[in-house]
Amino acid sequence: MTAIDLPFTKHTLDNGLDVIVHEARQVPIVAVNVWYHVGSKNERPGRTGFAHLFEHLMFEGSEHHRTGYFPPLQQAGALLNGSTNTDRTNYWEVVPTSAVDLALWMESDRMGYLLPAVTPERFETQRDVVLNERRQNYENRPYGMALMAITATLYAPDHPYHWMTIGAAEDIKAMQLGEVQEFFRTYYHPANASLAMAGDIDTGRAIDLANRYFGELPAGPRAALVTADAALRREHRLLLEDRVELPRVYVAWHSPAMYAEGDGEMDLLADLLANGKTSRLYRTLVYERRMAVDVSAYQSSRELGSFFLVAATAAPDRSLTEIAAAIDAELQKVVDDGPSAAEMERAEAQIEAHFLYRLQTVGGFGGKSDQLNSYNVFCGDPAFFARDVARYREATAETVRTVAARVLRFDARVILSLVPHGQQALALAGSEPVAVS
Amino acid sequence: MPVDRSGLPAVGGDPTFRLPEIVRHTLANGLEIRTIEHHNVPIVTIVLQVEGGSGADPAEREGLAAITADMVDEGTGSLSALDVSDALARIGADYDVDVAADVTTFGLTTLQRLAGRGASLLADLVTRPSLRDPDFQRVRQLRLDRLRQLKDLPPAVAERTFLRLLYGSHPYGHLAIGSDTALRALSIEDVETFHTRRFVPSQSTVVIAGDMTHQAMQSLAAEAFGSWANAPLSEPWQRASELEPPANGGARLAIVPRDGAAQSELRIGHLSARRNTPDYPALLVMNSVLGGQFVSRVNLKLREEKGYTYGARTGFDWRRGRAPFSLHASVHTAATTDAVRDAQAELEGLRGARPVTPNELSLAKAALTRGYPRNFETAGQVARSVAQLALYGLPDTYFQEFVPKVNAVTADEVTRVASTYLDPNRLTTLVVGDHAAIADSLSKLLGEPVLISAEA
Repeated sequence: MTAIDLPFTKHTLDNGLDVIVHEARQVPIVAVNVWYHVGSKNERPGRTGFAHLFEHLMFEGSEHHRTGYFPPLQQAGALLNGSTNTDRTNYWEVVPTSAVDLALWMESDRMGYLLPAVTPERFETQRDVVLNERRQNYENRPYGMALMAITATLYAPDHPYHWMTIGAAEDIKAMQLGEVQEFFRTYYHPANASLAMAGDIDTGRAIDLANRYFGELPAGPRAALVTADAALRREHRLLLEDRVELPRVYVAWHSPAMYAEGDGEMDLLADLLANGKTSRLYRTLVYERRMAVDVSAYQSSRELGSFFLVAATAAPDRSLTEIAAAIDAELQKVVDDGPSAAEMERAEAQIEAHFLYRLQTVGGFGGKSDQLNSYNVFCGDPAFFARDVARYREATAETVRTVAARVLRFDARVILSLVPHGQQALALAGSEPVAVS
Repeated sequence: MPVDRSGLPAVGGDPTFRLPEIVRHTLANGLEIRTIEHHNVPIVTIVLQVEGGSGADPAEREGLAAITADMVDEGTGSLSALDVSDALARIGADYDVDVAADVTTFGLTTLQRLAGRGASLLADLVTRPSLRDPDFQRVRQLRLDRLRQLKDLPPAVAERTFLRLLYGSHPYGHLAIGSDTALRALSIEDVETFHTRRFVPSQSTVVIAGDMTHQAMQSLAAEAFGSWANAPLSEPWQRASELEPPANGGARLAIVPRDGAAQSELRIGHLSARRNTPDYPALLVMNSVLGGQFVSRVNLKLREEKGYTYGARTGFDWRRGRAPFSLHASVHTAATTDAVRDAQAELEGLRGARPVTPNELSLAKAALTRGYPRNFETAGQVARSVAQLALYGLPDTYFQEFVPKVNAVTADEVTRVASTYLDPNRLTTLVVGDHAAIADSLSKLLGEPVLISAEA
């Protein structure tokens, strides 16, 4: 077994900013990665989509450099981006070693001095851009509204996972510039952030530079922790019509929160159900019985509680009813008997490879700097990487079976039938039409 | 000491970086091997590139190259499709297939200590696939179902329609997946013939990059691929790149109606340069100014100034033959005609009315060159880049020459290549969108549209 290791140094500045450094000197690039512990879960009903719209504003300039975030960094040869999900917002640059100062200057300026550069014009334009993003990625995309319908039922209206991170269109349209200030002061400050640097940089120098650029920023108030419970008391059957050729059935359950006991098992379960031709659902539904054209399963790991989702698209002229029954039969088998020895062996090989592949890049989404920040923000310790590897290696057929039995209950889940417009009869019996927009 | 925020900190000179050294070797069967040592992580990527991408599909057999590539992991020797999937999983392999216009590329990444198993499995799959009819029937049906689903995906409809508008009946004029009619006409015999003719060692390249010595990688390749025999050459074939596409293909305006669509999927462009043109560096800079980056003209105009779209980009869809240059964006339905007008103005402007400014030139060049080492971080990136050199017949010194060549591009050259390779009079504008909402205003701008159905 290959040793899998992600060494780092962590140092917390006086203002509470965590700084994490990982040296990897092979390529003359440095990844700068900043996480803010804020996402759409920090929003309120009627104000959804705000965290993500705010992320857009972070690229429009800050007090001491008002003319846009991209130009000076691209001039220096950087690659950069950002993203928002339910639990966190991240920003990153991958810069040539010679441009680390620039990246830190830019990140610290928008962490400390964003607001003077946010003008009504920029706010309005980015609101339009986000509405376009929503149309492009959700409204105008086949099956694009399914997850919206599912999460709205998995989570009660006041639960912060009830809405999608992109937000409701009417909320986005109603947003006021004034709300930007309050949001910035509450969540965008050193004590609610984590800075990781990975790549061609000396650890001591990296920490000095972090201190130099971020040390002057005031700490800001600790953000209140969000807590919320969610439970299903029955099976919910939903129906959604969309501009699609082939109907698809989705089955969703509440599952263990990110990094909680059982979360890793659900990942392994997703793999043995739907990853590759030998996976149980693919083999039965697509390969042998040809009732479905595709099948997927994944554990969507989140801070307040995860969901586990299985989806299959019907082959032409095959019914969602028989597909749902076949899915249930396979789930029942794994709940009764657990994974086979062969499945656990395969999983072992894939875990080793998967974690090694994750060590190939210093920056970007999922690169080493992003992983260190993820462990730091969600577990309080970048060293959780080793624990993360271990939890998969320690999983057994019996632990997978036990967690599967606990999660995959037929009497507490959401089943969505997504069917072509005008073909409600293709949905599972007893499905209730839902409205999403 | 407080940070000086009166100006941006200076950026130092470009760090030195040793670009990967490529070692070449040819096996007795003519298979060309290129190896690159890459020691960051104990991982190896093996890429096998064969002649015959979608441009090699015979007329009325569109989709043959892709389905042949798809059949490769459906069994070999005594292994069934399920056994192959199991064998790949047991070495933690990341296996992928890319069917491009000129070549098909098979990639396998695995742990360094399992590289031997990975290489021999890849060789078995690609050189000795079982090609059984029941598997073919299943794979074809899945592709037919996929095609049916793509009709609802505006970007896929746009790609497919745009290629046909630009290339007409030229072999580059279709997507790799082909068409419903052609897929239905295919048989396992077609796949066997294609595989026999096109998957031959003397026309193929293996690239291995990873945590091994050149010698070890060469042995790996020799062991896995040494017994791959050349079929007796049947009739020679003409490459798609050698056939000249229609000079004036493409309607001025075409619409694929999508009733009630929330957005219009746009493609605006025409056939332009070949990948191996000496003007390539200048074209890259031109594209970077125009639409290759976030800060390029079209994105700044359509997204950052007007808010019409989530993003707009331009680019060349490179291939050995003449490649399409196009602008692509998904824009709000109500903004469709304004977006087309603004986009055309940007394409036109760079040819002379609004030539590249010194700032734009320096930004475009820097964006292409200063981050260049970033492209050599993983074994997979390196292996794929080297496979591209083989595809286009570029020298092993290409990586070393890239940065100086781009940096040598002048403003005049950008204007010259924009005038040479962009022609506003030949632009084809394709919109997948709500016909009722956009047709009138678009017609006023560009004349009567050709209507094309998503199924066609």
